[in-house]
This record gives sequence, structure tokens and C-alpha cells, in this order.
Amino acid sequence: MRRNSVAVVGAAETTELGVIPNMSQIQLHADAALNAIADAGLKLSDIDGFATAVESPQQVCHYLGIKPTWVDGTSVGGCSFMLHVRHAAAAIEAGLCKTVLITHAESGKSMIGKLPRSIPADSLQGQFEAPFGVYGPPSMFPIPVLRFMKTWGITHEQIAMVAVVQREWAAKNPRAMMKDPITVADVLNSRMIAYPFRLLQCCLVTDGGGALILTSTDRAKDFPRKPVYILGTGESVETPMVSQMETFNSSRAFKVAGPLAFKEAGIAHKDVDHLMIYDAFAHLPLYGLGDLGFMPYEETGKFIADGNTRPGGKLPLNTNGGGLSYMHSGMYGMYALQESVRQMRGIAPAQVKDAKISVCHGVGGMFAASGTIIFTNEK
Amino acid sequence: MAEAARAKPKPTPETQHFWDGTKAGELRLQRCDACSNVYFPPRPFCPSCASRKVTAFKASGKGKLYSYVINHRPAAPGFTPPYAIAVVELDEGPRMMSNIVDCPQTPEALVLDMKLEVAFEKLDDKITLPMFRPAKG
Ligand SMILES: [Zn+2]
Repeated sequence: MRRNSVAVVGAAETTELGVIPNMSQIQLHADAALNAIADAGLKLSDIDGFATAVESPQQVCHYLGIKPTWVDGTSVGGCSFMLHVRHAAAAIEAGLCKTVLITHAESGKSMIGKLPRSIPADSLQGQFEAPFGVYGPPSMFPIPVLRFMKTWGITHEQIAMVAVVQREWAAKNPRAMMKDPITVADVLNSRMIAYPFRLLQCCLVTDGGGALILTSTDRAKDFPRKPVYILGTGESVETPMVSQMETFNSSRAFKVAGPLAFKEAGIAHKDVDHLMIYDAFAHLPLYGLGDLGFMPYEETGKFIADGNTRPGGKLPLNTNGGGLSYMHSGMYGMYALQESVRQMRGIAPAQVKDAKISVCHGVGGMFAASGTIIFTNEK
Repeated sequence: MAEAARAKPKPTPETQHFWDGTKAGELRLQRCDACSNVYFPPRPFCPSCASRKVTAFKASGKGKLYSYVINHRPAAPGFTPPYAIAVVELDEGPRMMSNIVDCPQTPEALVLDMKLEVAFEKLDDKITLPMFRPAKG
């Protein structure tokens, strides 16, 4: 797609984040959608394109009373919303629709009206992974990390620093779930979940949602908020089976999606003012820094441990506190996008001064899918 | 109340030969007749060159420990934590998920790249799982 031809003109999260025992999952979608519509100064009847994941587009469109001419139900895990942004931008450019609403919501903690996730015993995962005791993301997502650490010389303390630094960002964010400072020792002494990862290296489990509204840049100037332009995009998938990744030393899906977005944006790594790397678990920022080409993998652990990504550092990373400290309803990609949009609007709680380019990189499943969106606030 | 059992695989037409193999004490992989690619999990064509001419064969059952976690919580039904979930790199190339038996489930005992050999564990008359244990000698 052409750089900056499409813009985000509405963005909002659910009114509450965290534990929301009085709202079902479909209503969380609606709450986020209504907040985004209000943010953009639109009516629901203005929406002619719609995308969501896990819930079907027909489910959410009917609940909201939307009559779309374009829908996208791409559901590849937590980065689905990055893919929706990419697909929506292409659809708007192609003239298939004018104003796209993307929603995410998950009653991840309260489990009200949440669709069950199950693995059929005759699927490949059911035959060749489930019998060996994998049970939810904490038992699967960290499986590659010991190999990554051995290959690249990364230490337990360096990965613990990911959680420490993100808590520093969360402390600046009134909506973050976890704000109390933590140390490397706190991380390495927290309850063991799946060696080598402990509780503070695993994402939160919360309720919440978010929504985005996109339209063409030509129309964006008529909206009340400062437009945030889409400068570059990328996506890919690898495998739903973590055991079958090409290598544990990197993520193939990351290595396709990230560089695609950089190429489309026509930017260099030094141009990036603000970075989001979906952190379901503490090793993901290290993979992201390497796979997106910011630095050699060997340097990723030291880069974070040395404080380069913390408040005041040269590469502000996961400035909302991330999935580790801000919130994680199950599909965190929407919240990473929301933070990038806030940073580009200049209204983030931990605002990066004069930030002009934000890279937002998402993962789906256990390195199964990836989407990268590069935003800018300058045309 | 009966104790919750380990998740049990249900073979499909494309994977039946693999599960017939484990039942017979063989770890079966597939090799492409056209390009010699050895691959896993089972499918009746080569994922590298798309040839449908592929042959199942008995693998050596030898490999090494590629990576793992030691799962503490939540534990899967039928498992007593802590237990290791491992990915084994077979000598023939493909990797597969498994458990490591006859070995303490500790970081000290589970050393990356340690040599492993297949050990079959019968679940019932239909299903035998391929496990791995530290290689002897
Ligand atoms: Zn072949």
C-alpha cells in the first residue's frame, strides 16, 4: 500500500480494564466500539467496514447494528488486530469501504460469555503436542527460550530485566494493573510457572477490549483527533505447533512481518522513536529486537539490561507497561496498537517527547503468526 | 472420582502409520522419494517439493535435547508437576515434542544437546506414545 494513505481517526479501550465482572465478552466489544466511535465523532451508521477476531464479524456487527460492505474475520491470535489494520488499509485504498471499525474484547479473567478454546484430539496439535503435557500458553510459549539463551549467550538476569523495565513504564500509567517497582531478584524469586520462567515473566490475565477506526487520509483531516498515519505494514504466519518452528533461535513469522513493514515505510531503525513488541512472555522483546533487525541477537539481552528501553532510554519499549504489567486479556495486540496511537497523538501517560515514528509488532499464538504496523504523526 | 487422564491422540488417515509404528515399537518418519527431504509431522506429500511420492521408514530413534520447559503450573490432566515438556531433534533432522523419562526433571539433569533415545509408553491397546530417555553409553 501507499505510505500514509490511510489513518487512524478513532481509538479507545474499554471504559474499565482489569477485572470486569459485570460485563460479558460481547458487551466488552460494544463498550470499546462505542468509545472509539465517540473518540472519532462518528455514529455507528458511518461504519461500512468491520474486522474482529475470535468472535465472528457477524456476531459483533449484529450486536452493534452495523451493516458492513467489507468484513475481515482474520483470527491468528493476539496479533490479529495488526493484520486487520493492514487489511483495512488495503481495503480502504481499493475503495471497498470508507470507514473501518476494528474491535477486540476478551473476558479473559472473568470468563463471561467467552468462547471455549479446545484442541481436537485428531488435530496435529492434539496428536503431537497435547499428549506431552502442554496446557495453556505458559507451558508452550517459553519452550524455545532455553535454546535461544544458549545460542545467543542470553542470561536469566537479562530476561528478568524485561519485566523490571516494563514495571518502570507501568508505574507511570494510571491504568496499568501492576505498578509497584520490582527488582531482578523479585523476578527470579517469584513463583515458578514453567522453568525457566516465573510468575513475573508471564503476562497478566485480565478483562478488557479496544477498538480502532481507520479511514483514508483525505478524509482524516475532518475528524476531531490528530490523525495517526499508517506508514508501513507486514504480516506472516509460521506454524500453530511451537515444536515445529524452523528454529528456536528466532521467529520466522517475525522475520517476515517486521522487515516487510520497515521496507514499506522506507525507514531505518534509527528513525524509530517508539517501539511496542508484544510481550506475552519476557523473551518476546528479545526475539523482536533481533528479528526486526534492531541489533544482533547476542546484544538484545544486554541492550535491555543496560537500560536502553527504560524511561529515558534511547529506545522506549512497551511504554504502557506491556502484557507483563499493563494488561493482557488474552489477545494483547490491540493494546499495543492503542499505545502506539496514544504516543503518536502525544497523549500517552508516559509520553515519549517529540515521538514521530512508532513501530508496533505483534505475535499470534506461540510464534505462530505475526503482524507489524508502523505509525507516524507526520505526512 | 477417576483421575483425569493424559490427552490422548486420535489418529487420522494421514497419521495412522505413525501410530501403528509406535505400537510396533518403531518411530516412523517419512522421506520424499523425489527430493529426499525427511519430515514430521506425517502427511502424504512432501512439504518441501510437493511430491506425493513419499515413503515411511523406521527412524533411528536417536536424537538430542533441543529445548524444554519444566512445567509447574497449571499442570495438564494426567501429569504431576514438575514435569519437562521437551522438543527433541532427531538424528534424521525433524524435531518432535515429547517427554524425557528415566531422568530427573531438573535443569541440572536436563542439559541442552544431551543425547536421547526413544522409549515407548503404551497408553492403551491403540495408542503408544514416543518418549525419550538419556541415551545409554
Ligand atoms: Zn520433496
